[in-house]
Amino acid sequence: MTRHLVVITAGLSQPSSTRLLADRLTAAVRQQVTDGNVDKSGSDGDGGSEVDVRVVELRDLAGDIAQNMVTGFPGPQLRDAVEAVTSADGLIAVTPVFTGSYSGLFKSFFDVIDKDALAGTPVLIAATGGTARHSLVLEHAMRPLFSYLRAVVMPTAVYAATEDWGAAGDDTLALRIDRAAAELAAQVTARPAARAAGAETFIPFDRQLADLTPQG
Amino acid sequence: MQFGIFTVGDVTTDATNGRTPSEHERIKAMVTIAQKAEEVGLDVFATGEHHNPPFVPSSPTTMLGYVAARTDRLILSTSTTLITTNDPVKIAEDFAMLQHLADGRVDLMMGRGNTGPVYPWFGKDIRQGIPLAVENYALLHKLWREDTVDWAGKFRTPLQSFTSTPRPLDGVPPFVWHGSIRSPEIAEQAAYYGDGFFANNIFWPKEHFKKLIGLYRDRFAHYGHGTPEQAIVGLGGQVFMRKNSQDAVREFRPYFDNAPVYGHGPSLEDFTDQTPLTVGSPQEVIDKTLTFRESFGDYQRQLFLMDHAGLPLKTVLEQLDLLGEEVVPVLRREFAKGRPAHVPEGPTHQSLLARRDAQEVDA
Repeated sequence: MTRHLVVITAGLSQPSSTRLLADRLTAAVRQQVTDGNVDKSGSDGDGGSEVDVRVVELRDLAGDIAQNMVTGFPGPQLRDAVEAVTSADGLIAVTPVFTGSYSGLFKSFFDVIDKDALAGTPVLIAATGGTARHSLVLEHAMRPLFSYLRAVVMPTAVYAATEDWGAAGDDTLALRIDRAAAELAAQVTARPAARAAGAETFIPFDRQLADLTPQG
Repeated sequence: MQFGIFTVGDVTTDATNGRTPSEHERIKAMVTIAQKAEEVGLDVFATGEHHNPPFVPSSPTTMLGYVAARTDRLILSTSTTLITTNDPVKIAEDFAMLQHLADGRVDLMMGRGNTGPVYPWFGKDIRQGIPLAVENYALLHKLWREDTVDWAGKFRTPLQSFTSTPRPLDGVPPFVWHGSIRSPEIAEQAAYYGDGFFANNIFWPKEHFKKLIGLYRDRFAHYGHGTPEQAIVGLGGQVFMRKNSQDAVREFRPYFDNAPVYGHGPSLEDFTDQTPLTVGSPQEVIDKTLTFRESFGDYQRQLFLMDHAGLPLKTVLEQLDLLGEEVVPVLRREFAKGRPAHVPEGPTHQSLLARRDAQEVDA
């Protein structure tokens, strides 16, 4: 079965270290799912699944996101990205740290998504910054954001400071990437098939009425 | 097929000269616009209901009663009547009274409102928006169909032996549309009752409304009111016209750029591309409006927003001349082509009366 992994990256420069981290995480998750190298308790235990990866660069959607704020509806490109994100089997969300938190663009993207649309979706959170001093942004800003959206946030979050990219002989970042990837891969593999994007769901009218019947 | 206009009733500064009309001017302008709608051959005038500045229409039946006295043919409607925060008993009474005064030329569109504080101002909880719409409408529906009502619900004082007066004209309640921008629950509600569904599509792309209207049509059939094609659908539209397309764009752009809701956001070009807004020649308006049928199927009512964003009254009246003389006659002709015989026309008091009498004969 093909699993749909969507990667949201809010880096602004090109190339960006945020994208670099997103790509490292994506490769690790893809490998773990494809190899079936995860704890498969409850599944039939044969080989891995196919992974279809889509990367959403928020930089390309910056104008659309601002317009959605004003008009209340997404333009065609943004709508397409939102549908991919809300119908994914798993998400990797990576932001640079700006002014002590996730970037405004990163937050704005999630502000224009319906608050119930990510409920139950496994998410791996990650962030980049100039120094390690900001690493708790993951725990104090990113994790509560996805908790509000009732997403399933992986226990391991990955922070990459500039120095981590050149730390010879010190593989802390690589270890964290693998651990986080294993957690997400397990969740993605264990999930039932993703719901089809776009269909209207509704509550039948008799149930809407019944919910209002006074008790006793 | 019915054509008409709907107004938000906003008092907005004219961006081209900085002039802001008084509330009195705006209210009188709305009446003039309604009368003009009848004069140019339109079928429907609908007013919004708001309880905060910069909007004036807080009391729709007062205004529509006055318009009723000054018109002969025009159907008077709302866009929308707040089913969440108004007392359904008062809606039943007010609109039945209006229906008598207007000799049946009345229908109404239910909506939940889009202004959060209206709920607490009227003592309601916004988190109960959908349940309020469901329960209040269930009561309104009953009040218009049963002479003596015993009733208890979750949100309102119970009623024992209550009769809403006056009873609906000829025993036929005003037709009800349910307006919605995003809630499938409201499409489901409209389908359950066999009422109309008005998709106020003017600010949103059509893909979204295809799903909502599709759901409404399917559920209309599911509840035994007819085939999906027989469901009663209304759509919005928004136009600004001049003989030459370029003149229309040049004249409307400052109003668009400063309009409430979408001003200072997308470009006029993007917005016309993505929503029903058409700024151009009457022919362009005709062409765009005809695409609605391709997207949503044959439908019953088309309402245009013509008088917002600070456009001066004189301009609005010119727009209505163009709409009535050059656009609507062509649309009537074109929409009639290939329209299956089993697709109903827009509902009127006479058509509802005839249907009721036919059902009584059957029974």
